[in-house]
Amino acid sequence: MDPSRKRRTRLIVALSAALLLAGALVYTSFSAATEAKEPSDVLASADAGKSYEVTGKVVNGSVKREGDDLRFAIRDREGTAQIPVAYSGTVPDPFREGREVVVTGKVENGTIAAERDSLVTKCPSKFTEEKKKS
Amino acid sequence: MPGIGSALLVVAFGAAIYCAIASVYGARTNRRQWVVSGRRAIYCVAGLVVASMVLLEIAYLRSDFQFALVAQNSSTDTPTFYKLTAVWSSQAGSLLLWVTLLALFSSAVLFATRHRHREIAPYAAAVLGGVAAFFLFLMLFYASPFDALSPVPVEGNGLNPLLRHPAMMIHPPMLYSGYVGFSIPFAFAIGALITRRTDASWIRSTRRFALIAWTFLGVGVLLGALWSYSELGWGGYWAWDAVENAALLPWLTGTAFIHSIQIQEKRGMLKVWNVSLIVATFLLALLGTFLVRSGILDSIHAFGASTLGKPFLAFIAIAAVGSIGLVVARLPYLRSDARLDSFLSREAFFLANNLVLVGLAFVVFWGTFFPLISEAVTGREQSVGPPWFDRYTVPLALVLVLLTGIGPALTWRRSSPSSLKRTFAIPLAAVVLGALVLIAFTPAEDSVLSLVMFVLAVFTLTVAGQELWRGAGARRVTSDDGFVLSFVNVVRRNRRRYGGYLVHVGIAILFVGVAASSAFVSKTDARLSPGQSTEVGGYKVTYERATAAVGDDASGTGAPIALGAVLNVERGGKEFTVRPQRNYFPSQDVAQDGAIGRFFEGEATSEVDVRWGPIRDFWLAVQPDIRALDKPIAEANRRFTDSSGDIQALVIAAIADVYRREAPPATFRTLVSPLVIWIWLGGGISVLGALLALWPGAGTSRARSIAAARVGRELSRA
Amino acid sequence: MTPEAAFAAVLVALLVAAILARPILRGGEVDVREDEELASLETAKESKYREIRDAELDHRIGKLTEEDWRRTDRELRAQAVEILERMDKLGGDRAAEGR
Repeated sequence: MDPSRKRRTRLIVALSAALLLAGALVYTSFSAATEAKEPSDVLASADAGKSYEVTGKVVNGSVKREGDDLRFAIRDREGTAQIPVAYSGTVPDPFREGREVVVTGKVENGTIAAERDSLVTKCPSKFTEEKKKS
Repeated sequence: MPGIGSALLVVAFGAAIYCAIASVYGARTNRRQWVVSGRRAIYCVAGLVVASMVLLEIAYLRSDFQFALVAQNSSTDTPTFYKLTAVWSSQAGSLLLWVTLLALFSSAVLFATRHRHREIAPYAAAVLGGVAAFFLFLMLFYASPFDALSPVPVEGNGLNPLLRHPAMMIHPPMLYSGYVGFSIPFAFAIGALITRRTDASWIRSTRRFALIAWTFLGVGVLLGALWSYSELGWGGYWAWDAVENAALLPWLTGTAFIHSIQIQEKRGMLKVWNVSLIVATFLLALLGTFLVRSGILDSIHAFGASTLGKPFLAFIAIAAVGSIGLVVARLPYLRSDARLDSFLSREAFFLANNLVLVGLAFVVFWGTFFPLISEAVTGREQSVGPPWFDRYTVPLALVLVLLTGIGPALTWRRSSPSSLKRTFAIPLAAVVLGALVLIAFTPAEDSVLSLVMFVLAVFTLTVAGQELWRGAGARRVTSDDGFVLSFVNVVRRNRRRYGGYLVHVGIAILFVGVAASSAFVSKTDARLSPGQSTEVGGYKVTYERATAAVGDDASGTGAPIALGAVLNVERGGKEFTVRPQRNYFPSQDVAQDGAIGRFFEGEATSEVDVRWGPIRDFWLAVQPDIRALDKPIAEANRRFTDSSGDIQALVIAAIADVYRREAPPATFRTLVSPLVIWIWLGGGISVLGALLALWPGAGTSRARSIAAARVGRELSRA
Repeated sequence: MTPEAAFAAVLVALLVAAILARPILRGGEVDVREDEELASLETAKESKYREIRDAELDHRIGKLTEEDWRRTDRELRAQAVEILERMDKLGGDRAAEGR
């Protein structure tokens, strides 16, 4: 094979490998992604059995422990729509009433049954910002 | 006082802009004195920002709450170490740190190249001055570190308790040194493109800076992981969180860069690729700074609210369009001088490693920005979790470690099959032997991917060991060095080579730690009352009693209240005691939490008790249930709201003592994680390797080589 | 901005301006940089020498066969000679200009 044709073949092989990877990335990310919602979205329309990632503020005075479970309610960032959450697993350090959290789980009987250890609070380096705003 | 800080920044801003203009003017009109003046402007910027940094540090040390920043994230009772490092926990302070490091790095490189690069250096100075001007502009108009407070408060908020961890305070300067360091080769690459000097000389002058930046960035990432493991109470070190990914991205492309520049240096190939890589690395470093500070990935809506969002994005866009346009315009000057001779050559494997690293970077980039991409495409914000990342990164990491092993064993240009047999015979035998031993004596076969990773690491280590062994042997043949001295001397005389091998060894070890600890970790969450036990990974853990300390925190974070536990741990007849605790920091919200309650309702952080070990770590965190204290707290809020501080302190101590005596059930997370310590030990080995490669060699002094060249020339003329 | 801060700003600005103006006012050729071309050849030469030494070590370790090494070494040395010739030419030109 002459060198220029060899180079072209190599380029085609490399490009198709790259395209294949890119295609796989696009396909799997869209199919495996959990949808991010706010409590009001979940209340309005939630398919049973589908997993959602719900972001909201922990409602003041809603945090209770029941045995190993943690129960609390989250509300929209701006608004009053709220939904209770049943959660088990470790609670991250910054978890507080009034703070923004994300839980992942399915909706059962109007409650978010959160996956174990799925509770995430926002990154600490941004708290200073919050304080300034409030 | 804060006004003087602002004044320094204003002058620094002017000097940075002057630097850019004077350097370009001097270079275009060939008025050298303007170039010198422009270079001096960078030194001035460095002096000014260092002075303002010192001013701010002094304000922190003196708890001078005239400075809004000091009041915001320090307080009189913040420990001194954290007062000093609290500067970069805020947005404005971290911008100041960025520009300080940038000015210092820029001064260093411009001073080092003051006699070289007559053409490139002025443009590089202009680029660096421009970047510094942008960050100074942000501080002057968007997030000033020198806002003044009036009236001056008596006490500040204190440093965010979660950040009170040594690793977390060293982490930002490391990370920023990495980000900033990559702007040096970037600036010289731009200079080289503008002046059409696209040979490898810009690479040779900035290679060290790229390696230094790479080292700092890697250390920064690893310190972040260490903080996550030992301070956050969840027990992991990596979660594919956007902020972590933001730091990893430039590291990946930077790793590709420090490999591929060697190909250009030696063979004159990959010129377009190298300038593209450094442009990408610089842009990703900017993006990393921006991501952490803007909150854009939390939600596209948060973006508008962020103060830095728009100017930052505009700057990144300008830098991207400008650099890409420049690369395209200079394509005719970026042709390769040579062709790949053989697939069995080091350059071919470097190329493969570059593709894998860039592929990894692309995967991480896509996953990190997926929420934005998906919102743009489908209108719904979606995100991908760690399993999605793992699906791609695990196989790519395996290939990477394989290449880490093969690369050093090959020679530049070509390796003939007969020498390959000689090179790979022992490593392959070690691989087979290692696999058999692992399968026979360890549970490694339960996770095929981990087993593959272990075996690949064995391969990499054997290759590196064999290289060193044979190098020393060859040294003994040609010199009269003894056995030990031959090793020392062969390494000493080939620092870059053996430094590189050592980095590879460290990386392979790091990956062993990652594979073992993610595949074979045992984890339990248990809610225990005193006297109850739980089992995890062969350890029997018994909750003995609760502890409570007021005003006496052993870990030096300055927390007023610490509730903890004493547990007895037993394994195979050996016993030890662990004392995890949780530190409570007061909230400032008296109205909502109550005068006494605020001491329990503020931030809380875990002091995890980690027993590090070479084979496995025992990791235990406690989550006390302070709801059990609700009743006494409510009563104390009622009765002691108006009492003096001393009485309140006594009341708090009494409530904490209730916790100790009555010991309500607490939640314990226990992890038994094998080989996890090797992640950081491997990282440390890599840093040593990088230092070895960076260490200036003897006899390469510039002045001497110039003199020698002159002697050579004159002798030939005579 | 308070008066004392404004005063400080002016003072610092004047100092900086003096530092920056000095090389320009002094005028003339204050920059003693080498020729870019020569400097880049100089570094190219150094790294070529390093390559030659590297290949030699690879050969002694046994990674490069005798035949491969001879070929590589020949190529590298030819390149080094080429660099040296270009340097001599440039150096000669420069010396001639200087006279």
